[in-house]
Amino acid sequence: MAIPMLNSELEHKSIQYRKTILTSIAHAGAGHTGGSLSCVDILNVLYNQVMNVDAGNPSWPQRDRYIHSKGHSVEALYTVLADKGFFPAEMLATMGRSGSHWVGHPTRKVPGVEQNTGALGHGLSVAVGMAIAAKQDGLPSRVFTLMGDGELSEGSIWEASMSASYYKLDNLVVIIDRNTLQITGRTESVMAQEPLAARFEAFGYAVRTVDGNDIAALLDVFAQAPFAAGKPSLIIARTTKGKGVSFIEDAVDWHHHVPTSAELAIALDELAQAEQRVQDSYATSTTR
Amino acid sequence: MQPLQLGSPNQQVFSDTLLAMAEESRNLLVVTSDSRGSGRLVAFGKRLPDQIVEVGIAEQNLVGVAAGLAAAGKCVYAVSPACFLTARSLEQIKNDVAYSDHPVKLIGISAGVSYGALGTTHHSLHDFAVLQAINNIDIVAPADNFETRRCAGVRHAPQTTYIRLGKKAMHRLHTPDTPFAIGRAIPVRQGSDVAFLATGETVETAVQAADALAERGVSAAVLSIHSIRPFDEEAVLKMAKQVQAIVTVEEHSVLGGLGSRVASLLLQAGVTPRLRIVGIPDEYTWTGSQQDILNTMASRRRVGGDGGRLA
Repeated sequence: MAIPMLNSELEHKSIQYRKTILTSIAHAGAGHTGGSLSCVDILNVLYNQVMNVDAGNPSWPQRDRYIHSKGHSVEALYTVLADKGFFPAEMLATMGRSGSHWVGHPTRKVPGVEQNTGALGHGLSVAVGMAIAAKQDGLPSRVFTLMGDGELSEGSIWEASMSASYYKLDNLVVIIDRNTLQITGRTESVMAQEPLAARFEAFGYAVRTVDGNDIAALLDVFAQAPFAAGKPSLIIARTTKGKGVSFIEDAVDWHHHVPTSAELAIALDELAQAEQRVQDSYATSTTR
Repeated sequence: MQPLQLGSPNQQVFSDTLLAMAEESRNLLVVTSDSRGSGRLVAFGKRLPDQIVEVGIAEQNLVGVAAGLAAAGKCVYAVSPACFLTARSLEQIKNDVAYSDHPVKLIGISAGVSYGALGTTHHSLHDFAVLQAINNIDIVAPADNFETRRCAGVRHAPQTTYIRLGKKAMHRLHTPDTPFAIGRAIPVRQGSDVAFLATGETVETAVQAADALAERGVSAAVLSIHSIRPFDEEAVLKMAKQVQAIVTVEEHSVLGGLGSRVASLLLQAGVTPRLRIVGIPDEYTWTGSQQDILNTMASRRRVGGDGGRLA
């Protein structure tokens, strides 16, 4: 099991992750900036406090599985996997370089990645297969998958959802990165996703909605899963695309915009200030 | 020549073999998309209900779930009509299985024009073409019951494998001690004038054509090319150097299948016997039974001494 961490430690990690994401994308000259920043708190909590994984033994059969179904925000996943020790952090500098396995969507050539994703709507079916196998083998493994909200227009997700509830996969936890933006604009103007919770409830999930950029709220909701015996769990994580940097937040143009060196400097400065605030509040809480 | 003896449909032999293997290994799972009737898996489902995973009519989910099961260490056979499996779920085959390197066995049933009068929606004349363009997937089309039994036994192979099966009863072409390995063509008839390079259910037709030619004094060889990938380049080149003419035969589009593969190999190797590619021409599908379609389509291309019919 993961070593318990203070919320402030996790908040500190999220800021570090955001710095790494932005720096890596700027270095690579490509990447999905907005989506990586919206989902990184979810990955932080999953990998540091929720999931049973072992970077020293990545194919341990009883491990929990994470599938990055939304695929394109791979920079967040690489950053967290590097921090967990699945591979040396220097590999992040090879992102997008000729011959590197650290490509723009996850592949199993990168230690810690469970499934190649990037074409949308694929991760949930694979997660269902893994969850059925764990049940058949009587293993305690749980399967987590993160989907984007724009991704939900893919019909295969609803095929997979039918089977998740039919097979009563209460060892499956699906998270929606509900940042309400996709590449063209607001999800509700491109292809409406609401009523989101009702749709998934109708397909047999037990659904919770949470602030997906709030560490304490995420810890709390994951601790409650499974939300109902015999049902797959689904978390609608309300997030802000580009979270953590004022001029990237909720800005459709930042879907895969790469920060210039000037923009990177401002972003890193904002994140340094946020880091200072976390440290100050931590100091205040411990002296109290 | 002795007349060929009639055996069982390859799909039946495959499912019988699968059941026997599954009874020995609880780790073997079959995934179906409301396809157990066509796949002759009703008996399997009754006998081993815990080893069959049903996803309903949802071929994309079929392949994705199969990938997840294989990722978790299961030995997985995903069984669905070839027409849907290799088109509706092509992206899942490409990404979830082949690119992700999971050793799923994809079983395309009632392949080619097996479904006959059901029409183009139910025909798979594209599967060799699309799967050859996807890296990391073996493509196998057994000719008779013997080859089918041996193909079914690839469960421990680390490769993703597509196995293409038909539904009609097939004639016996090999003896039980015939050497078999994926990627190695099997000589069925020896000959020095012309060679038929055939795959899947068309091998027996090629054998019948070769035997008819022999009666007319033409020496015709037949190779069963059960593996489109890995492709036995050595056997094909050797044969092409021995004969005056090559005829490739397949129940697949003449574009992108066995014939195209052979032509590409021979031209690049500088070995150029006369070549005729026999398959389904690039035109609106003829209506009728499997045999009607093969007869009509093949009549566009003379293949033997039997009045120009493929079968």
